[in-house]
Amino acid sequence: MSELHAQTVSFVRETMIPPAPPPTRQTGALRWLRENLFSGPVNTILTLLGLAIIWFLVSHFWDWFAHSVWNAASLAECRQIIAETWGEGARGACWAVIRERWNQYLFGFYPMELYFRPVMAFGFLMVALAPVLFSESLQIRRIVLIVSAVLTLVLMAMLGSPMVWLAFAAVVMIGAVVIAERHAPWLLIFSVLYPLLGIWLLWGGSLWPQIMVLASIGLGWLAWKLLVRVSPLLAMVAGVLVTLILWLVAVGPAAEDAQRLIPLAITAVDSDQFGGFLLSITIGVAGIALSLPLGIILALARRSDMFLVHTLAVTFIEFIRGVPLITLLFVASLLLNYFLPPGTNFDIILRVIIMVTIFAAAYMAEVIRGGLAALPRGQYEAADALGLDYWKAQRLIILPQALKISIPGIVSTFIGMFKDTTLVVFVGLFDPLKGVSDFVRANFAWKGVYWEPFIFVGAIFFIICFSMSRYSMFLERRLRREHR
Amino acid sequence: MKKSVLLGTVAATAAFIGGAAMAAEGDTLKAVKARGELICGVNTGLVGFAAPDASGNWAGFDVAICKAVAAAVLGDPAKVKYVPTTGQTRFTALSSGEVDVLARNSTYTFSRDTDLKLDFIGVNYYDGQGFMVRKDLGVTSAKELDGATICIQTGTTTELNLADYFKANNMSYQPVNIDSNAEGEQQYMAGACDAYTTDASGLAATRAAFADPENHIILPEIISKEPLAPAVRHGDNNWGDIVRWTLNALIAAEEYGVTSANIEELATNSENPEVQRLLGASDDLGKMIGLDKDWAKNAIKASGNYGEIFAKTIGEETPIGLARGLNAQWTQGGLLYAPPFR
Repeated sequence: MSELHAQTVSFVRETMIPPAPPPTRQTGALRWLRENLFSGPVNTILTLLGLAIIWFLVSHFWDWFAHSVWNAASLAECRQIIAETWGEGARGACWAVIRERWNQYLFGFYPMELYFRPVMAFGFLMVALAPVLFSESLQIRRIVLIVSAVLTLVLMAMLGSPMVWLAFAAVVMIGAVVIAERHAPWLLIFSVLYPLLGIWLLWGGSLWPQIMVLASIGLGWLAWKLLVRVSPLLAMVAGVLVTLILWLVAVGPAAEDAQRLIPLAITAVDSDQFGGFLLSITIGVAGIALSLPLGIILALARRSDMFLVHTLAVTFIEFIRGVPLITLLFVASLLLNYFLPPGTNFDIILRVIIMVTIFAAAYMAEVIRGGLAALPRGQYEAADALGLDYWKAQRLIILPQALKISIPGIVSTFIGMFKDTTLVVFVGLFDPLKGVSDFVRANFAWKGVYWEPFIFVGAIFFIICFSMSRYSMFLERRLRREHR
Repeated sequence: MKKSVLLGTVAATAAFIGGAAMAAEGDTLKAVKARGELICGVNTGLVGFAAPDASGNWAGFDVAICKAVAAAVLGDPAKVKYVPTTGQTRFTALSSGEVDVLARNSTYTFSRDTDLKLDFIGVNYYDGQGFMVRKDLGVTSAKELDGATICIQTGTTTELNLADYFKANNMSYQPVNIDSNAEGEQQYMAGACDAYTTDASGLAATRAAFADPENHIILPEIISKEPLAPAVRHGDNNWGDIVRWTLNALIAAEEYGVTSANIEELATNSENPEVQRLLGASDDLGKMIGLDKDWAKNAIKASGNYGEIFAKTIGEETPIGLARGLNAQWTQGGLLYAPPFR
């Protein structure tokens, strides 16, 4: 500002007017409220109605939540504490039951000193899934790996894991984080090996069957390699046959012999000791992992031109979809016993996993068939025009697009299946929702506890299912190729 | 060629099914001894009768039977694997050979004994169906329940009994179907039904767990006979004998005053010939059923005689607080009457 006009002009502003905020009606919360909640008479009425409902619910349940008791040995003690603290007649939640029995809600009757093993198996599951789920987003994969490594190790230490196992888990987890930075594709090897490792960690026993299974797959691969020059089809058949025959004949005895030579076993845990979320997640993860490939094969088979393949696929899908899951579970738990040779111990969890898998696969097949049907004919014709054979066309052109379209359907099938695992209660397994709650209530101390277990279990189910649904949205965004 | 394959398949299937049937009827005792473990079907959770604690150890009135049988057969009450069975799976689990004994508060009925091919080996608890109502309802007898809404568990004998009772007394009722005991309590507490009906033992436990037990009464009428009995598969009579006489040994032990505290002493110096025979001090009764001499002694030592088990799990000292009633010894005016050990 110069001094030039200082005498000639009567008023000169020497500073700028400070920027004023926009009128309150046009900013912040007020504007948001006006635009979103009270934009017209209908919207206003709906808003008020919604608020009234929320108020109704909160005013009814708030005192119940606010009067929570965490430290008590029985429901009677809870009631006493509530009456003493908040006056006679006050209602309150008795979370002490969760505090005392949380371990059974999470692990069932799994031996307490071995809780670290399922935790480790779950941590490794995250490592095995990370390269599959987040193959293109390095940042997220890094976060997932590091968080699950830290969580797993901390939880294992808290659950009293022996140092050897802690060191083993640390080596695997930290190794995975490092490898993910350097040679990410190597992580997929771990993903492929994970099923064997996970089964061993959960059920325990000898490690040799796992090694023998791997060896027989290796021999099958060798057979394929030797014959692939002669005929690819023959090589495929030979490879599969060698592996299957070795599984049926050789794996059991060989593993026993090897175990006698070099003992390599950890404490075995029976299937009937599984329960709670351990059971749900085991069945859910196995069912999800198996039903997707099976569903894809069924969907392709259903669209096949070959009469027999098509008919078999249609029959299978329609039969399974026409039968309630509970019926299949009853068949698994009761009917099979009549037909199997006496003394066969066909693991009940395995039976349930098989039934849940074929059930989910039938639905999955229809979801994927929807995706296949949504592809324009041009895509199929283009694949043919390029001279690709059937499998290459499916693998390179058709399935990537069809699966992308079907993601929401696939994930809702997964979520539905995961929630359906609670139905195993009807075949005498302890699902977290009813199975565990029933026997917890059968103890006189907790008889009469009703809502608390439901809320606790429901919250955990919500967290898992909501994560799955969020992941599916993330995947859809990531795979979006149309430029909208 | 085709024919022979077909025939072969048929033959194999027949052999298969035959084999399975054999196993179901075969020598359970041998199988249990070879396994070194008794597989016992229990309830998935019923207050006082079968429930696992926070570390997964099962206890209860029915569980004690499993322990006694395991002690009699294997000499160790801990060698039991508990298979929880639901109302729907219990009998199939037994007849398919998945469990050796079913000790799961199951009512002994004609059709279950004959048509379902079970053998009930004697009653371990005489129950009966009763009603619970709120005191302020002003009802003092089940006969006054005309037109009431009643919470009733579906798929049980109690449902049929209720219909029978109301029909016989020319009354009407409105059923509120529930799926489990916990749900029944919740509905009753919420006022969805005027009366809650189930086995009297269950009513007593439910009432005792209420915040205000003094505001609820259990009506005096018992409208049905519910003899709860452990069961074994039909056809393996030797195994049936073992389980039957294990239960009888527990009952007889109470009658003769043999308890887990004085059993060692009585085994050596009891004057009573019946006690001597029971505890294997004189005759070797165990040999007749394929067990060793100490079978009954081990069974009683497992969790005490019948009276001790009753007192520890559901008796008047426990919160459930059931009186002995029909389940007292015949000398005390009850129905427990063990045949002589001779």
